Formats: sequence, C-alpha cells, structure tokens
Amino acid sequence: MTRPSFGAMARQQPQLTAGLVIVFLVVAFGPVGSVFVDTDLSRVGSAAANTSPSAEHPLGTDAAGRDLLAVMIAGTPLTLRIGFIAGAVGLGIGTLLGFIAGYFGGWIDTLIRGAADVLMTIPGLLFLVVLATSLQATVTVNMMALVVASLAWMIPTRTIRSQVLSMREAGYVQVARLSGLGDLEIIARELLPNLLPYLAASFVSAVGAAVLASIGLEALGLGPQNEPTLGMTIYWALYYTSLLRGIWWWWAPPIIMIVLIFVGLFLVSMGLDRIANPRMWKTP
Amino acid sequence: MSRADGRIALRVEDLRVHYHTERGPVRAVEGVSFELYAGERLGLVGESGSGKTTTAMALMRLIRAPGRIESGQVQLGDLELLSLSDEQMRQARFARISLIPQGVMNSLNPVMRVGAQITDTIQAHQEGLTREQLQERVHELLGFVELDPSTSRMYPHELSGGMKQRVGMAISVALKPQVIIADEPTSALDVVVQKRVMDTLFRVQRDLDAAVILVGHDMGLMAQCVDRLGVMYAGRLVEIGPIQQLLEQPQHPYTRLLVSSLPSLERKGVFRGIPGITPSLLDPPPGCPFHPRCPEAIDGCATRVPELLTVVAGLDGNDARHRQQAACHLHTGVDV
Amino acid sequence: MPANYLVRRFAVFLIIVWAGATINFFMPRLAPVNPIRERLLQAVSFGGAGKTDMEAVVATYEAKFGLDQPLWKQYLRYIGDVARLDFGVSIANFPSRASDIILRALPWTLGLLTIATLIAFAIGTLLGALLAWPKSPALLHYLSAPLLALSAIPYYLLGLVLVFALGFTLRVFPLGGGFALGTLPKPSLSFAIDVVYHSIVPALSIVLSSVGFWALSMRGMMVTVQGEDYVNYAEARGLKSRDVFIRYAVRNALLPQTTSLALAMGYVVSGAVLVEVVFAYPGVGTVLFRAIQTFDYFVIYGVVVMVILAIALATLILDIVYPLLDPRIAYKR
Repeated sequence: MTRPSFGAMARQQPQLTAGLVIVFLVVAFGPVGSVFVDTDLSRVGSAAANTSPSAEHPLGTDAAGRDLLAVMIAGTPLTLRIGFIAGAVGLGIGTLLGFIAGYFGGWIDTLIRGAADVLMTIPGLLFLVVLATSLQATVTVNMMALVVASLAWMIPTRTIRSQVLSMREAGYVQVARLSGLGDLEIIARELLPNLLPYLAASFVSAVGAAVLASIGLEALGLGPQNEPTLGMTIYWALYYTSLLRGIWWWWAPPIIMIVLIFVGLFLVSMGLDRIANPRMWKTP
Repeated sequence: MSRADGRIALRVEDLRVHYHTERGPVRAVEGVSFELYAGERLGLVGESGSGKTTTAMALMRLIRAPGRIESGQVQLGDLELLSLSDEQMRQARFARISLIPQGVMNSLNPVMRVGAQITDTIQAHQEGLTREQLQERVHELLGFVELDPSTSRMYPHELSGGMKQRVGMAISVALKPQVIIADEPTSALDVVVQKRVMDTLFRVQRDLDAAVILVGHDMGLMAQCVDRLGVMYAGRLVEIGPIQQLLEQPQHPYTRLLVSSLPSLERKGVFRGIPGITPSLLDPPPGCPFHPRCPEAIDGCATRVPELLTVVAGLDGNDARHRQQAACHLHTGVDV
Repeated sequence: MPANYLVRRFAVFLIIVWAGATINFFMPRLAPVNPIRERLLQAVSFGGAGKTDMEAVVATYEAKFGLDQPLWKQYLRYIGDVARLDFGVSIANFPSRASDIILRALPWTLGLLTIATLIAFAIGTLLGALLAWPKSPALLHYLSAPLLALSAIPYYLLGLVLVFALGFTLRVFPLGGGFALGTLPKPSLSFAIDVVYHSIVPALSIVLSSVGFWALSMRGMMVTVQGEDYVNYAEARGLKSRDVFIRYAVRNALLPQTTSLALAMGYVVSGAVLVEVVFAYPGVGTVLFRAIQTFDYFVIYGVVVMVILAIALATLILDIVYPLLDPRIAYKR
C-alpha cells in the first residue's frame, strides 16, 4: 500500500490539520512578529497612552503607554511557554504516576487514584490562589509554569492509568511475558507504542488546562507582574477599567489570541480522538 | 414441486448478506435457501463466522451498515419481508416473527422494570389496551415461562441468567408470532438450567403452534431438540435434513466431521477435531468453500461451487421435511 | 437506599473538605517566612485607629498559631476553627469577621451559579441528545461547530466580550454589579427584578460557554449507548424509533452525563469566580479578588474552604440523587 500524500492525510483528518495549523500560527506569531515590530515598545511609557489603533500603533496603546501589538508579540510566547512547560511537566508526572498506579496496582494504585480524585474535585484555581499568595515571592514565568503544572497532572494520570490497566491484561502482554521478555522490555516495546495516542491527547489537554489555569491566575493578578503575558494584559486592562472607558483594543487582542489557542488545541484533541476512536465519529 | 398445503411458515430463497468494508465485501451469507414448516423446529448449526446469526438477523431485517441484504426473498405467510417498508417491517417484528437474542442478559434495558419492557413490546403493536389488560397479559406471559408475577416489578440486574432468558422467551411470544428465532438461547447457562429453559421454549412453541429456528453451535443440544438440522459453513448452507438421518448418515464431509466429533455412549475412543481454520469471508477460496480442509475433496471441488441438491428423497416427494440435501460434488443429487 | 451507601458518600464528603482545609493550613507554612504573620505585623505597623485592636489580633494569632506551639496543636486548633466556620478576622476590613464577609456574598454566587449551570446542563444535554438522533433536523448539526468553538473559550473571557457588546456598545444591559449602584438590598419585587436584570449577562456567559461542552458530552454518551445490545433489542422488538430513542437511549445516556456534572463542579466554580470578577458581581469571587489584592489571608482561606465545602456538598447531593436514576447502584455493596 503506497503511503498517502500529506494532502490526502490532511483531508482525512480535517480537525487535526486545522488545529495544528492554528496552533502553529499562534506559536509563530511571537518570533515572526518580533522581526517586524520592536518589542521594546511593549515597555511601559514607550508611547502616548490610550490611543486607539492607528497606522503607527496598529493595536493602539494602553493606559501605561505600551504599544499593544508589541505587547501581544512579546506576551504570546510567554503564555505559550507557561502552557507547554506546565503541560509537559504535568504530563510527565501524570504519566509516571498513572503508569505506577496501573502497572503495580494495590495500595499504591488506591493512593494515587484517591489523591487525583480528591484534587480534581477541589477547584484547581482556588488551590493555585492559595499557593500563589502563600509563596509571596516575585513570580517569574517559569515559576508560573511549575505552579500551574501542579494541577495539570491529574487527568493524564487517570487516562494513562486506565490504559495501562486494560493493556496489562491484554493478550499481547501475556504473550510477551510468556516469551520471556522482562518487565522493562515489555513496557518499552509493547506498552509505550500503544500509549502514544493517549500520551499525545493527554499532552494537549494538559497544555489546555495549564493555559486556562495560568490565565485565570493572572487575571486575578497573581501572575508575573512585569511580564506581558496574555493573562496579565487582561488583568491590567481590567485594573485600569478599560471596559468602562471603552478601550476595547486593550482586552480584545489577548482574548482573540486566547480563543485561537483554545480552539486550536481543541481541534487537535478532537482530531487525535478521532484517530484513537474512529467509531465515535461515524455520524448516526 | 407443488406448494404444500400452506403449512410452510417461512420460505427463504437465495439470501445474500454482504458487509461492505474498506477492503471489500465480506460475504457473510451467500445464497442460503430453506423452508420452515409450521410447528417444526429447525436447527441452524455452524462454527463462528459460518453466517448462522447473520441469517437469523437478516430474517428480522436487523442487518446494519456496513452490512446489507444484497438479494433474496423471505416469504412469511402473505408477507415478503425483504420488500416491506420500514414501518411495515416494524409492525411485523415480534408480531409475525420474533427473536430471542443471543445474550438476553445484556439485551434488557437496565433502567426499566422487566414488566415495563414486556408492555413496551405489546404496546408498540397493539394500541388501546388498558393498564389492567396489559398487566394481566404480562402476568399471563410470565406464567407461560414459569416465572412468578412479581418478576414484572423487578429490574434486570435482579434476575438470574435463566430468568432473563425466560423473560426473553416471554417477550418473544407476547404477540403470538408464527416464527420464533432463538439465537443460542442457552449458551451462557449451565446444563441443568439449559434443559429447563429449552423445555419451556418448546412447550410455549407447541401452545402457539409456531415454528422455531434454533441457531447455535452445540451439536449435542441440536441433536436433542430439533426436527431438522441445517449445517452452515462459510456463509452457505451445506447440508440440511431430518436430524436422525443427518446424524446417522451425514452426506456432506463437513457434517461427517462434525458428527464424528460428538461423543456418545456407543462410540468411545479418540475424537478428531477438524483440521485447518475457517476461510476468510472477504476472500473465500474458489469453488467449494470447504475444499481446503475437506478430506474427501476431488477434482472440481476447487473450481465449481456445489449446489444444494437433494441426496435422499423423502417418502413424500412434496414434503421437504423428509428430504436430505447436501451441497457437495460427491453427490449428483436425485430427482424429487 | 442502604445506609452504608449514604455513609460512604458522606465519608467521601468529609475527606474532601478535610483535604482542602489541610492544604490550606500547610501552604503558608511551606514558605520560608510565614506570610500571614508578616501581613498581620504589616497591618499593625500602619497604625491608626485600630492599632490596639490589631495588636490584640496578632497576639491571638501568636497564641493560636505561633511558632512556639507544636505543629500538631496548631493543626488541631485550625481544624476545630474550620469546623465551626470560624476563619478569623479580615485583615483588610478589620474588624469584620471573615466568615461574615463570605457568607454575605455566598447567596449571590450560589444563585447565579446554580441557575446558570442547570440551564446550561439542561439545554446542552437536550441538544446533545438531538444531535445523536438520525432524524433530527439538519439545522441542528450546523449549530454544533459554533457551540464547540464557544466551549473552547473560558467563561470569564466570554463574559468580558458580552459585557462590552451588550453593556457598553449596545447599552442594553448593565456593566456590572449585582444590583443598581447606590440602592440598598431590600425584599421587594423591583429589587428582585433589578437583581435578575443584572445577572442576565453573567449567566449568559456561563451558559453559552458551557452548553457546548454538555452537548458534546451527551452526544458522545448517546453514540455509545446506541451501540448497546438493549437498544438493538428494542428495535428488534419493533418499538417505534422515538420510544427507543427516549426510553432506551436517552434514559441510559443520562447516567454518565449526570456523573460528569458532578465531576465538572470544580471547573464550573472556578469559572464562575472569575466571571464575578469581570462583572463586579457581589459574590464570593469578588470577595476573593479583593482579598487577593490586599493579601487578606484569612478571607482567602475562608473562601477556599467555603467553596470546597459547597462543591463537596453539591457532589454529595448528586451522589444521593444518582441511585434514583440508576436502579443498579443502590444494590452495589
């Protein structure tokens, strides 16, 4: 069977393709944008305050005199960084825990599963609020990522755990055992390849959860104060009552960017789900 | 051949069911034809994948995409089932021809009481019955299958396997159909319960003078229960005939192997399985589907598909019930 | 329903609340310098009218939670306080008690949240079920894409957009607040109407944002259920397709859908809190926001515990209601 072309594959998986394209565009926005726009303009006082969009400042300026286009270009990669780092760390922890829980079972399983369930019931944002206010140190972007990661591990844990559980009893694992493969070999050769779609899906959901959490925290004012991340931009917009003053160009671009991120991630996860569960997508 | 005196309950002619997959059509049922007489019990036996369940489903027109009934005729009394509209078929289901599915265990709605599911069936076909009438009918049906009337208030998970099977039986006769298809009604039950359940089925059948098609893979059970037996292999009917005759003098090599694998009090010794594996229905072997495994294959078996021909004519030429037919090149068939 | 089921569910409830309270206790103590103590000392040093009273608070705090006390003693005291809903005093709004501030705001949040969530759940589930029915009007299917897009937006951001569009630009709805500025809450019809008027846009943002999620989820459940044997058997028995759809498919799909409502509680609450901030709605979210800005620790922790309590309670209620829907559950040991 000849390998289908990219175009054919793309057409077969419209959601996945669309999602990846959107995510790619968002990721590229920062680096590409900084070539055209001077990111120094994102610093306080670099331009007249509260001007509406014009040729000189395509997205206008905010109350502190920052060019908003520059702010967006500087800030989007920061938010993405938080999301991806937190997502990756969360996935890493989650996979490890999920694996241990599923593979070894017993009280370890109960403990891990219990912790995940309880923490999932507690609204993550509040937990993060407590964490952030208690730490009191100046929060940097990387610290935000780690803080948020503490919440992103639960869903990957559950997903990976249930997959490992079902795979543990599956035929091919028994066969591998019988043919003398050691535990580690079984993990590497049999289990991991089958886990890949779930790992990918978990990563996407972890990143989504991380971005959501970080924006939430920042909107409350608990983020890195001096960095123009998307959530902080919204926070400052609210702080300076931009709503009442009609300065829509301040909060609209971050929102649009956030929406793009989420829609992109969502499409990617839908696409991945379609690959993993083709039956669910047959329209009735 | 002249029509019998209207006592043919069901006539199936050249039924074909294919599943259209990405890799091509899977020929699940390829040209199956048989008659079913009122009041008789016809067994349909075969390995997994032989097409017996698909045939049963096709008779009820329950084949779903990607499966499709490609061709054939199913004559049930005055109705030709395959040409009915969806609504007409809906009305015919369980009213003229009913089904006791494989695994009634999982076929009952877990959140509805058993009695409600029986009344559902009745009300879908008969309007205007009062609650009391329905209630009475439910108790009557439960009584037929030897279940206590209190069962109607229970939920499925409160019943044992045998009880659920009986509920399935009760539902299948609720509207007094002419034909009842029982798909492996006892495969999930233990032997003692099996016998009781089968006894109940046949008592109910006699009361209704209905015909039963018993689908399964347990030759032993078939031997005890049915009047005639049809043997299916790779989507085709390879042999059909009165049970006693079939067991004593099987005409098709596959049937011979099946029968010889049955233990009995007289024959002791080593039992053979049937070597080889079932053929792919996507890409079946040319000619007779059994020839790769057949110990008696001859030239021509690999090239021409054998037709179902009468091998042993019955006493009464017009009555198919005494005829034994086989689809095998070893036999040239006799005229009826 | 058997007693031990209720007991188990209640035990889970207690564990969740306890876990939340415990995390609250240990968090500030993980930092190198106890932030609560720092904040209290700060309040004292600003002086002013309440100086002596603040010093009293600091003294009480030291007595209860001071570093000279063994940790386990502090912890037990803390748990005892939490059990009595005594969260201490608000540092920023001294001398108001934290629990008073929170409890005054709680009904607003509960009202907005419960109603909006129930509406979203009902509409979403209905929509999801219809989307899974082959005979539903094609128009509905065109809705699913925009709904999905909407569900990808966090509640509060949608709220921001809506407030701008409906409040600022179109001036149809108020820009925020729970009721018109300058009026006092009083039990009268006009006040009630005012409250409802002010809650429409916040509720709308919650509903629009979550409907997509519930619809997708229900659609997924329906697809799974429609493949089940009992649905096939129902069709085999010649039941009308509408009856099969409602009594066999939807009825069963509702079960996991309700479960996911329970699981989504945490997320729903988080979003609602932020919605309140955007709309300056006088609920628990705004209280939390102000407390964060003034580092009013006791109020922050109080809010967290109260919210966890509310969620655990809601989950408990759902756990009790669930066996009524699914007859199999009450019988599981």
